[in-house]
Amino acid sequence: MNSVETQLLVKNFGAFVAVDRVSLAVEKGEIFGFLGPNGAGKSTTIRMLCGLLTPSAGRASVNGFDVARQPEEVRRTIGYMSQKFSLYDDLTVEENIDFFTGIYGVPREKRAARKAYVLEMANLAGRRNALTRTLSGGWKQRLALGCAILHDPPVLFLDEPTSGVDPLARGAFWGLIHDLSETGHTIFVSTHYMDEAEYCHRLALMYRGKVIALGTPAELKAGLTSHSLLNLESSEPLETMRALEGLAGVHDVAVFGGGLHVTVDDVDATSAQVRERLAAQGIEVRKLERIEPSMEDVFVALIEAEERKAA
Amino acid sequence: MSYRRMRAICIKELHHITRDVRSLALALLLPVLMLLLFGFALSLDVDRIPTMIYDQSQTAESRALVRQFQGSRFFEIRGMVREYPTIERGIDRSRILMGVVIPIDYAEKLGAGQEAQVQILLDGSDSNTASIALGYAESLVRGYSLELRTLALNRRAGERLTPPVDARLRVWYNSSLESKNYVVPGLIAVILQIIAALLTSLTIAREWEMGTMEQILSTPLRPAEMVLGKMFAYFAVGLADATIAVLVGVFVFEVPFRGSLPLLAVSTCVFLFGALFFGIFVSAAARTQAAAYQMGILSSFLPAFLLSGFVYSIETMPWVIQVITHIVPARYMVTILKGIFLKGVGLSVLWGELGFLTLYALIVFLLATRKLNQKLG
Repeated sequence: MNSVETQLLVKNFGAFVAVDRVSLAVEKGEIFGFLGPNGAGKSTTIRMLCGLLTPSAGRASVNGFDVARQPEEVRRTIGYMSQKFSLYDDLTVEENIDFFTGIYGVPREKRAARKAYVLEMANLAGRRNALTRTLSGGWKQRLALGCAILHDPPVLFLDEPTSGVDPLARGAFWGLIHDLSETGHTIFVSTHYMDEAEYCHRLALMYRGKVIALGTPAELKAGLTSHSLLNLESSEPLETMRALEGLAGVHDVAVFGGGLHVTVDDVDATSAQVRERLAAQGIEVRKLERIEPSMEDVFVALIEAEERKAA
Repeated sequence: MSYRRMRAICIKELHHITRDVRSLALALLLPVLMLLLFGFALSLDVDRIPTMIYDQSQTAESRALVRQFQGSRFFEIRGMVREYPTIERGIDRSRILMGVVIPIDYAEKLGAGQEAQVQILLDGSDSNTASIALGYAESLVRGYSLELRTLALNRRAGERLTPPVDARLRVWYNSSLESKNYVVPGLIAVILQIIAALLTSLTIAREWEMGTMEQILSTPLRPAEMVLGKMFAYFAVGLADATIAVLVGVFVFEVPFRGSLPLLAVSTCVFLFGALFFGIFVSAAARTQAAAYQMGILSSFLPAFLLSGFVYSIETMPWVIQVITHIVPARYMVTILKGIFLKGVGLSVLWGELGFLTLYALIVFLLATRKLNQKLG
């Protein structure tokens, strides 16, 4: 049985299609990443899976329970961390934990052990009496994760859990997610940080309500292997972009950091042409080398392909 | 229904309450403040009416009438004047409320056994007080003239005659006719209604605004558990307020308490349930704290204050308004409170009111639960 399954899931808000025929299957123990820009429909999909929104069409099940028909069973077997920080600021760390222990109905004999586990996991044992409002972003986020797993749910939905958290805390957070996955928990996590995608076992790229790509990070990068990627640093980046436009063998030129990423068919042949063209225009090439595409390259390429299709 | 989940909500809500010391202090001081303000300021007693007298007659008879006014506790003579304009100025500047003009032929007419008229000028801008003042003046003058006539008849007949009808008035329940006895019990209902709205109006809207509602909705918690858990937390504060209000009423205002304490306790609990459920319903419907606050205060304060009959008597309202008052729970609580405090009546009289309050609480509880059951979008 898959932990999460959707078939042609749709959510409309009036005339706006927020989620457009999304079909997914997530296995037990998987870290499933949900990537996409803001407004792509990631949160809406997660909310439907948590039983917070009713699907307009299609089916979805979590832990084998239908989200539309068995929302109570679904809620008992999931943990959810919403986009917005959602603990009580005026309660202490321990009071927040006790509250969620109560509403998740954690059995009496397990309560002490679960609380100790969460306090240790979030590294908050020494601050159990601190008001939540006094915690920094990273601590709050770990406490929120802790509160969402008090009842040891087999499936965990995390909606952009790392937004607004410093990079160091983000790294530590992904460590926790890996630990949970290793103990058999399924993690369904959305993010718009492309570097975080590499931590996931599998990814779905969402754009304008549709899943436009699905696979492991390696598979998605391999999808670009019909093309190769060159990193080009020159004296005049903007001039260079204009000069390379329409050059045979060049698919795409995109600004990337201080330099340019050039998508080409044949690395050797096109590299020579690029050098020639730029030399003719008096632009100095400082660096031209083949690089492995990052997740961001994959993402940009896929979205551009999608937009070309739409146009 | 899970008792454990309801308890978790209630404890969490109590943490919110005790941590917000300023709001809690306000919630506990408000009933005392309102009782003192309204109990003393909302006095409907009219006495010591500032009065000027223009005695044109200047006779022994007219001076005897003036002495009647001076001797009455309802009037305070602010001056004997010699012209109309002084009285007019006095009324215009609100220095006096009433002017009495005794005509020049007062003594002659009395002596001739004719009807002697006395002119009374009133500031009608406060019509309620004016009509009460007029009533006092009329009865004083009429009583005095009756006395004079009886005296004259007795003199003529040479024997003692008594007026054929002698009305002996006895006022029940509020024998001293003090308005505080009438105002304070009803005021307790109004105060509880307002406190309940103040306490609960933000409770759900805040969770929507903070995003904690979304988190809670993803858990097995059911709407009924949330409504009940929150209600019981604020019920603790409401009950403390009710106790304070009753104690202030009995010991500070010395309002008589003639009825049953258990009945008062039960009625107060049922009324508080309804008022708190209503506040939670409003909070769930509004979704933003600002809107919830306004809706909560308006929908509780205005009906409770104007339509409950706590000072503005329902019998004198237009019939449309009278019909509307039947759905104002404070109306029933005012009746119950006045019944218990002043009349000492029990369940055999008040069962209808208590029944309505119970039904109301149940309906509003269901409404609040349904409102919460709606999903995010």
